Amino acid sequence: MMNREHVDVSGKSDPSSAVPDQEYPGDVLRLIARGFGQLLMTLGVLLLLLCVYDLWWTNVESARTIATVRSQILADWARPISGPDPANTSDPGSEPQGFAQPDYGSGFALLYIPRMRDKVWGLPILEGTSKAILAQGAGHYRTTAMVGAIGNFAIAAHRSTHNEPFAHIDDLRVGDKVFVQTRDTWYVYTLREDNPNLSPLDVWVIDPVPGQVGAVPKKRLLTMTTCTPRYGSTGRWAWWGELVATRSASQGPPPGVSVTT
Amino acid sequence: MYAWFWRTLPGRWPGKLLATLAALGVVIAILFVVVFPWLEPKLPFNDVTVDEPIYVVTPTPAPSLS
Repeated sequence: MMNREHVDVSGKSDPSSAVPDQEYPGDVLRLIARGFGQLLMTLGVLLLLLCVYDLWWTNVESARTIATVRSQILADWARPISGPDPANTSDPGSEPQGFAQPDYGSGFALLYIPRMRDKVWGLPILEGTSKAILAQGAGHYRTTAMVGAIGNFAIAAHRSTHNEPFAHIDDLRVGDKVFVQTRDTWYVYTLREDNPNLSPLDVWVIDPVPGQVGAVPKKRLLTMTTCTPRYGSTGRWAWWGELVATRSASQGPPPGVSVTT
Repeated sequence: MYAWFWRTLPGRWPGKLLATLAALGVVIAILFVVVFPWLEPKLPFNDVTVDEPIYVVTPTPAPSLS
């Protein structure tokens, strides 16, 4: 704002006179207009900064967090378990049973998707689907089956922001393999079907038998959900797969996964 | 508002510029570390789940899966 010269309209030229500046109506209006303009500009800059935060900074932060959580999970698995093993038995001949539900927020598995290996390689899977959890990896819908169990093991992950693990969900094809590693077992899923035109209210996609309400599940399914379009979340994209093989962890990773931990 | 800020800073324009940039840095840091992390989960821009609106994500015992 320009410094306004003091205009003495009373005719006196004494600079120490007590006559105050006169506020012209134009002055006040200019002040208001300027203030409003600056407010709008400030809001615009704030919005821009929010975009930078969302689309860049959360990626930086989550990349770090994901690496940390992955190390914690691997360190936890490397520790020998004392007492009854809550995970399934490592008897290679036994039925894959999944295991007891992990604590909310804890990482219990690692996800490997060769087709998306630049974003999803050893991605932690944590129990729950809150925003806080999704900033640390993929989230497992709590009300769905455990990995390898009969029913539908459903997970969700970000497609943009927070290191965007499912950014290239559009690269997936029917027949692609998805690997889930737990303490004792490797689970190999094959992708069978997807639907990129879902809505956030399509809860049926994570049902034990998607598409058949109330049906008793017989298959061991996998469901992966994320948002669509890439930088919005008005819709949802879901991929479904089925378990085709398991392998004891002691036998090493299955073909298709060369893991450098 | 911003003119007042500039006028109030002591010194000549190089020092003022430095002080302004420092103040900007502090504001941006506060935004990125405190304000935006608080704000971002409240925005609907990156929901990825198909939870019903009434789903509560506090820990609950798992239903038995048969």
